[in-house]
Amino acid sequence: MSLTTSSLTTSPLATSPSTTSPAAPAPAPLVTPVVLAGRRRSPVLDFCRRFARNPAALVGLVLVLALVAVALAAPYYYPRDPLRIVGRPELWPFTNPRFPLGTDSLGRDIAAVVAHGARTTLMIGLFASLTATLIGVGVGATAAYFGGWVDEVLMRVTELFQTVPNIIFILTVVAVLGQSIGNITIAVGVVTWTPIARMTRAEFLALRDREFVQACRAMGMGDVRIMLGEILPNALPPVIVLSSLVVASAVLFESAVSFLGLGDPNVASWGGLIGQGRTLIRSSWYICAVPGVAIMLTVLALNLVGDGLNDALNPKLRDR
Amino acid sequence: MALIDAPPLTPLPPAPALLSVSDLEVTLFTRAGQLKAVDRLSLEVAAGETLAIVGESGCGKSISALALMRLLPEPPAKITGGSVRLAGRDLTRLSEGEMQRVRGKDLAMIFQDPMSALNPVLTVGRQIVEVIARHDPASHRAMQARALELMRKVRIPDAERRFNDYPHQLSGGMNQRIVIAMAIACQPKVLVADEPTTALDVTIQAQILDLMKELQAETGMGLIIITHDLGVVAETADRVLVMYAGRKVEDGTVDAVFDRPLHPYTRGLMGATPSATLQPHGRLAEIPGSVPALADLPAGCAFNNRCPIAFARCFAERPGLTMPAPARSVACFAVEQEGVRHGDPVGA
Repeated sequence: MSLTTSSLTTSPLATSPSTTSPAAPAPAPLVTPVVLAGRRRSPVLDFCRRFARNPAALVGLVLVLALVAVALAAPYYYPRDPLRIVGRPELWPFTNPRFPLGTDSLGRDIAAVVAHGARTTLMIGLFASLTATLIGVGVGATAAYFGGWVDEVLMRVTELFQTVPNIIFILTVVAVLGQSIGNITIAVGVVTWTPIARMTRAEFLALRDREFVQACRAMGMGDVRIMLGEILPNALPPVIVLSSLVVASAVLFESAVSFLGLGDPNVASWGGLIGQGRTLIRSSWYICAVPGVAIMLTVLALNLVGDGLNDALNPKLRDR
Repeated sequence: MALIDAPPLTPLPPAPALLSVSDLEVTLFTRAGQLKAVDRLSLEVAAGETLAIVGESGCGKSISALALMRLLPEPPAKITGGSVRLAGRDLTRLSEGEMQRVRGKDLAMIFQDPMSALNPVLTVGRQIVEVIARHDPASHRAMQARALELMRKVRIPDAERRFNDYPHQLSGGMNQRIVIAMAIACQPKVLVADEPTTALDVTIQAQILDLMKELQAETGMGLIIITHDLGVVAETADRVLVMYAGRKVEDGTVDAVFDRPLHPYTRGLMGATPSATLQPHGRLAEIPGSVPALADLPAGCAFNNRCPIAFARCFAERPGLTMPAPARSVACFAVEQEGVRHGDPVGA
């Protein structure tokens, strides 16, 4: 840990002499090149340094990266359909080297299901979070920027969505639209956007009366341009943190839906595996435990990363 | 250029006004009722001319500027009468979309605090490029080159390096130069500067004012400077317009108004300006009281409760604008009665 942070903190110092030296020779050049040099202390590097200061966030990041690696590698290690029956049912883990994590009640390779399930989980998590962020930022930004009755209507709609129990709403959407992975993603996105909308609205309310927004209007910029190009970059840090946490809750929602048997039956998923294994929980508990641990680690890792992002992006904590 | 170098005593030919505001009225719709924040304000700015609008806080200076730009916070404020003609076009009748094409291109504005008038998360170079991209899009490279050109024009040292800096990495004066670069990026016909130097320290103030005058001489743009600093007025303006409680109470050329202020409010303002030569250790004169709230303006002249020479008529009627001399107007009964006496001493 200490090694990583120290190497990161010293690197900008090491490069600073080379960036300050161009200041010394300053003859007025007749033809100035359009090359724009002289970016001192890049904000990206700054961000990484602050993120790395939080060891828990680094652990989370490693876990998330491991998950991504598993998801990417799954088709190479298990090129065939993971839902195919490959061996004797209910083989315990570590008993057969061909099936390191054992087999489930139908004789499917749990390792293959978990590896392919990581793809499902990540896809649903990312796209549901993306959906939620798009809806949430759109609603929150519009409400705060225009205010008045627009704000009133949009916030009542937001509250409406907040009052409907999430899991019931998802189950209803999936039941009506059909059990496909796309529908689950949309359903999860549609229930998780409300906190993002409220957060975005709060940020926009604070920013929209700032003088630079007025200045942008005085430059002739339109509303959409001001909202997306000028205010949003200022409001983004807390929204990014919240979106990263929405990924975690999306993973949980997807597992819950699959557990209840409403997941996509043609796609390997962690929740689905737990759901199928629950009847055997007293004899072969590992069928539930293996994907359960995977879900737990994933959600934990995502939350840790969210915390780290919060530390790195929250200006109030910057100089701690 | 010619206008500025002209000897001060030659009578200026009546230059065609670039911007002419007539009877502009801004009403605030509040719970306390409808309040006239700007009441029948008329002004004209010719090309290359500088008009200063002065008055205490709450006199309606800034709201007038925002009304010109059609940037009033709506609700509660609304333009309820009058016209704003820029090069013959009535801005009050334009649609919001048309107005957006005017803002920043024909009519630009500089705000008081450069630190808050720039977007904190975008580099200053990018912010200049954005203005160019809005009104005069070209290839990215060409716009960058033009932005750099502008940065050099407003005397930013080492512009290439500053291009990628964020506003918090620059000083207030540098930021105000960036704001000015953005404002002049599309060669506006008229530039409105709302207290452009109030947030800066004195030495920087002078530099910024010099820069603005210089850019004006170069481009021939009309300039409206809103300020409560009479020093700024004397240094930069050709004509001055004094506002009180949303109304014009006096206007004229800077020389005329400074030599012989007519309205008791103008005299009060001048008396309240510290001077290095006159009685350096004396107590600074002040105008008693403060600007009345719009909701309870006194009957008659709005200044009557603070005026040293108010008489009965001032409490009964509101004085209208009279023209005691060519290119000079004032709204005061005392002046109307006494007529114009040349060689009146400055101050009451």
